[in-house]
Amino acid sequence: MQEECLLKLRGIDKYFPGVRALHNVDFTLRKGEIHALMGENGAGKSTLIKILTGVYQMDDGSITIDGEAVSIHSPQDAQNKGISTVYQEITLCPNLTVAENMFIGREGGLLVNQKEYKRKADEQLQSLGIPARGGQQLGSCSLAVQQMVAIARAVDMKCKVLILDEPTSSLDDKEVNMLFSLMRDLKAKGVGIIFVTHFLEQVYEVSDRITVLRNGELVGEYLTKDLPQVQLVARMMGKELDELGDFGETDSAAGSDSPVFYEASGLVSEETNPFDFTIRKGEVNGFTGLLGSGRSESVRAIFGADKVTGGTVKVNGEEVKISRPVDAMKKGIAYLAEDRKRDGIIADLSVRENIILALQVMNGFFKPISRSESEAFADEYIKALNIKTASSETPIGSLSGGNQQKVILARWLLTHPDYLILDEPTRGIDVGTKLEIQKLVLQLARDGVSVTFISSEVEEMLRTCSRLIVMRDRHIVGELKGEDLNQAQVMKTIAGGEA
Amino acid sequence: MKDGSKKFLKNGLGQLTIPLIAVALLVIFNLIRDPSFFSISITHNNVGNAVLSGNLISIINGASELAILAIGMTLVTAATKGQDISVGAAAAIAGSVFVKVLKSGSEISVGMVLLAFLCACLVAMIFGAFNGTLVAVFNIQPMIATLILYTCGRSIAYWINGGATPTVNSPILNAIGSFAPGIPVPTPVIIVIAVTILFKLLFHFTSLEILTQSVGINQSAARLNGINTTFIKLLSFILLGVCVSVAGCIGVSRLGLINHETLLLDVEMDAILAVAIGGNSLGGGKFKISGSIIGAYVIQMLTITLYAMKVSSTDVKAYKAIVIVLLVVIGSPVVKERFRKIFKKGKSGTKGVEAA
Repeated sequence: MQEECLLKLRGIDKYFPGVRALHNVDFTLRKGEIHALMGENGAGKSTLIKILTGVYQMDDGSITIDGEAVSIHSPQDAQNKGISTVYQEITLCPNLTVAENMFIGREGGLLVNQKEYKRKADEQLQSLGIPARGGQQLGSCSLAVQQMVAIARAVDMKCKVLILDEPTSSLDDKEVNMLFSLMRDLKAKGVGIIFVTHFLEQVYEVSDRITVLRNGELVGEYLTKDLPQVQLVARMMGKELDELGDFGETDSAAGSDSPVFYEASGLVSEETNPFDFTIRKGEVNGFTGLLGSGRSESVRAIFGADKVTGGTVKVNGEEVKISRPVDAMKKGIAYLAEDRKRDGIIADLSVRENIILALQVMNGFFKPISRSESEAFADEYIKALNIKTASSETPIGSLSGGNQQKVILARWLLTHPDYLILDEPTRGIDVGTKLEIQKLVLQLARDGVSVTFISSEVEEMLRTCSRLIVMRDRHIVGELKGEDLNQAQVMKTIAGGEA
Repeated sequence: MKDGSKKFLKNGLGQLTIPLIAVALLVIFNLIRDPSFFSISITHNNVGNAVLSGNLISIINGASELAILAIGMTLVTAATKGQDISVGAAAAIAGSVFVKVLKSGSEISVGMVLLAFLCACLVAMIFGAFNGTLVAVFNIQPMIATLILYTCGRSIAYWINGGATPTVNSPILNAIGSFAPGIPVPTPVIIVIAVTILFKLLFHFTSLEILTQSVGINQSAARLNGINTTFIKLLSFILLGVCVSVAGCIGVSRLGLINHETLLLDVEMDAILAVAIGGNSLGGGKFKISGSIIGAYVIQMLTITLYAMKVSSTDVKAYKAIVIVLLVVIGSPVVKERFRKIFKKGKSGTKGVEAA
């Protein structure tokens, strides 16, 4: 492997109002290597990429390309300096031809010589082994090929550094392999590739080196072959493996002998593989796994949030059909969605209206909750959950994240669910509120409510759950309970048995 | 964040501030120009009824169809983040059906008029459902979806009328289109009040209001709260269909004939404007039908004022456009935000960091 240094980032700092996104981060990319940039959600990967591509300006630090100090002012600037990015979602024009896509907005100006372009495109595609022709409409190619065309375009623009941001998330196994062989080709040609992904196995398949970020700081740079998968997970989550042993065990075996509330077998939605799942009354369990492992998709299938395509579901031992959220709600299931902004709050409506929404829907179209009744509900829950708001008429959008989350929680508690699914209820909210929510979960369980709790923070799940279902690459790969319920075991299972 | 009552004021009356100011300005302008502009007198019409007359009456009366359409348009806007541009054409269809049924009987009785209206209403609701299906089920942009009926609606009305402009004469229609015996207020005005009350009752006895607003503000969240978003959107179009049929039947009753080419021509743009002037976002979400109704009266008052100033009917549109541009710009989020900042300066208010 060549050791020639291509790109050097040193001491990068980036601040957003009230948040330190990156602090003193170093990153080095060598010629002809595939370098994986790893980190949990919010670790600073995308901020770093955006600084590198000129979308954001860094607050401090230096960037060196080929030994020459540079500053990158705009995406155009980055491209001129040889840094190209291919994003997760295809940013080309599907209704133009492959050749047009490769040459659009580049030298040649308005005088377009279609034939010449087509010839050059064919040449380029062939040399990279991409199964597409210049004259073909881009939209008629598979997603993987479209992605490869985007890469070919980047490469043709004389790029030295190629950034691939989650390029494989919408590809199937065969397409991933095609992409990987293209990446290896480019590597042999001396291009430095930064590979951002959350698929661990893929990192080990193609990358030479791994840089891990956590909470905006550099954890370290490792040779892929020297860093076992379980160690990588530990680094990403911020725990040294050996210090994990003494982490507290779960205190409760709650609900281990109570009747089963919900039971699914072979449940499958458009976003999941078939899976089995049960939860008992008063039990708190959790789905864990890295982002993209399918944990959210699984609970969304339970709630009918994504289109359910098969499987049998029993609630209280009775077979039921849950294909839409309202079906689940009528069976006593509540779901606090992962993305609060997109799937939770109705921003312009008041706290009061947000609180009663789910109950109103369950009550039905012809049974509106009266103003006075809804005010009473709102006041009750604002007090019970200690929601900080000027009044119940304040639009929820103007509350802080933690208080918004409490309002959504109040919305579901008001429906008096038998089974509450909480998907990342504590993300992006302050520590005090986090603890309040954890306490609330345990209290609910004592009152006989079943709870599924999902969190990126394993400690939090260990504190609340008596059973953890571990997922990797959209499959359930393990179930931990009792004495297996500790951080080391969780990480081992997440990372995979071979480590 | 601390002044909750102020926020309430802003959300409650706040939305109506601009349309009410517009009304006030128009009133003041007219009073200065001609102090007798708003004088109301009692005259006797040709049937011998004592009725109110004057510019104010003709403004309120003339805006009736527009006000009713604006109510339905508000709902469609709120739920679908788009507008229905086919209401004029659909009203021509409804009016044609109304006349067709009236002419099918030997004599025009109250029952007959009621039946004719119900038929017109049903047909308008079916066309509303057609538009609604395109929007709610097939996810077509509302303006594009309703462009279809906008284009062909008056042709459909032409077929129903058999190519003619049939007339219907009856004291009952006369009573609907102008004054009912013994009542000094124009009947269309009473119909507007009735429709408004009906919608208020609908909001009171169903959860339509919160469901519609939720769908318009955040469809994804609305769905995850179990709301049938397709149904809500479809319903908004069907309710607009009801409004369309009422407006169409009033229009026919006024003239005693159906002219599919001219009945409520270009009304869709005024209806959309009324919604906007009423302080409702054309991007959907929170809404107030009272705002849209006031918006309709603002538009009509503007038109009558210009006519009173002897502006020719061709020029009226240009003058109207100037005033409307002003209203819409003043009501725009950008200007509002500027005002808020100027207003807030000195009060100091730092927030926003906490959400990150």
